[in-house]
Amino acid sequence: MTQTSTSTATPIATDAFVLHDEDRAAIAHERDHYPHPQAASIEALKIVQRRHGWVPDAAIDAIARELGVSPASVEGVATFYSLIFRQPVGRHVILLCDSSSCFLTDYEALRDAFFEHLGIGFGQTTPDGRFTLLPVCCLGACDRGPALMIGDDTHGPVAPEEIPTLLEAYA
Amino acid sequence: MSRILQDRDERRPETHPLTFRLNDDGTPVMLEAYREQQGYASVERAFRDLTSKTLIEELKTANLRGRGGGGFSAGLKWSLTMQGEGIPRGYIVCNADEMEPGTFKDRLLLEQQPHLLIEGMILAGFANNAYQGYIFMRGEYVDAARTVQRALDEARAAGWLGRDVAGSGWDFDIALHTGAGRYICGEETALINSLEGKRANPRAKPPFPGQSGAWGKPTVVNNVETLCNVPSIVLHGADWYQGLSQGKSGDGGTKLYGVSGKVKRPGLWELPMGTPATELMERAGGMREGHTLKTWLPGGGSTGFLLPEHLELALDFDTIGNAGSRLGTGLIAVVADDQSVVSLTRNLEEFFARESCGWCTPCRDGLPWSVKLLQALEAGEGERGDIDLLESLAVDLGPGRTFCAHAPGAAMPLASAIHYFREEFERGVTRGQGVAHADPIPVGSV
Repeated sequence: MTQTSTSTATPIATDAFVLHDEDRAAIAHERDHYPHPQAASIEALKIVQRRHGWVPDAAIDAIARELGVSPASVEGVATFYSLIFRQPVGRHVILLCDSSSCFLTDYEALRDAFFEHLGIGFGQTTPDGRFTLLPVCCLGACDRGPALMIGDDTHGPVAPEEIPTLLEAYA
Repeated sequence: MSRILQDRDERRPETHPLTFRLNDDGTPVMLEAYREQQGYASVERAFRDLTSKTLIEELKTANLRGRGGGGFSAGLKWSLTMQGEGIPRGYIVCNADEMEPGTFKDRLLLEQQPHLLIEGMILAGFANNAYQGYIFMRGEYVDAARTVQRALDEARAAGWLGRDVAGSGWDFDIALHTGAGRYICGEETALINSLEGKRANPRAKPPFPGQSGAWGKPTVVNNVETLCNVPSIVLHGADWYQGLSQGKSGDGGTKLYGVSGKVKRPGLWELPMGTPATELMERAGGMREGHTLKTWLPGGGSTGFLLPEHLELALDFDTIGNAGSRLGTGLIAVVADDQSVVSLTRNLEEFFARESCGWCTPCRDGLPWSVKLLQALEAGEGERGDIDLLESLAVDLGPGRTFCAHAPGAAMPLASAIHYFREEFERGVTRGQGVAHADPIPVGSV
């Protein structure tokens, strides 16, 4: 997927990234769950992303130092998993389920309506930095298809005409 | 929130071991209510009456087959875990990475009955001599993660986890691990790599996880629903469990079945193993007005299409396997007569192409190739030979040619779609044979 960001968000300076004290504590807490600190890589990336919205290059180095693993290992993980963002995203990420059961309950009409309403395609961010739109694997909400997530909230079934009202709650 | 579409009156302890405790309003059953309804009684029984060996024998006799889609005997899997003198204690990993297209059953158990899973994992730890459990949950299950974490804290505070579990002198704890996307994490060896904080590429087998899994130690990976079946087997015995599916299937117990697609009441039901799909369709109220059933997937995107005439077959592993498909997760997705099988197959192969980890060539290259061919057929721009090429791709993506079951899973709907609906694919062929079908470069010409 090409991520053509049109966000106005400015990337954080990448030469010096300092992990927030709370995040260091949270990473240490996760690390204690495993026999090897590398196992906390994904959680560490998620912790940093929760604060910054995305994971800048320098944060990779900071996490690697914190866990005592190589930056290449952390970067390899960061680029593999679809919910780790290596570019700035909007304030709210919309994950639109594009798998078979939603496809069978008219996902494509909903997708096209999102494209039109937001004026962006998949992998893009609205110019006001409010929404990023991404496709996602079957959300396990097939009895409510077509389904989607906005931030932590799962919605479904969603009809194309319901989009404006649905998005109002996400400023 | 997933819903069970059976009232409390229908869900009884003796017939609905997975769901009898669920609240009608969908709120989670937490420790106090769970304990009042036989909760953790199986752990007490195991500590009192069973050994690792006798527990595993009971599970084998019960014929509990893996509910993640593979259908492998859970008892047999556990009997292959290395344990004994000089062998380190290992791990129980619950596969809660539910992402199989059309599958929404584990979400129900995770969101509404977390203690049943924890109880099953304690029994798995006891039987397999593990010291630590991990619940590997997909990152998108945010509510489930909160509920499960709360339940883990409750269980630890009440002495069901941690040091000296319930006064047994035995230590076992469970941690929640949440993922960050990617369907391939559901493959058990890819899941172990992901748990270790690596890219989720599958591992070559052997060694099997039971010999050398997470951090090189014996590791058992079981699906959520599989583990949730274990407490009632331990508490009431294999004969009772087998009796649940008596006369319907040789596979023991009940199953969380479901229906999605254009039906009137999509949802979930706990029913005996071997229940025919006709009963599911009745419970789902049939197709929506103006639609008739064209075809269906019996248990996820990696299972083969079946026809309406197959609805009467028992939904169990052997019967659906003998019909040329797979039971998979047992949640059926229905396709209406006005929906294109070519388009749906394209959608499925796009999914598998995107979700391939890229580790081995047939999967990394073959799946995008199938997508290109299907897109052309869907647009009415297919070339003569495209369908044969798709069929040969389905063979080359099949079992034994790749590290894991991802590509073979993708091949199943592709091959069966062409098998049953070839004329739909042929309608997309409008051009002569082009460069894609040219003879390969003759050997020795370079």
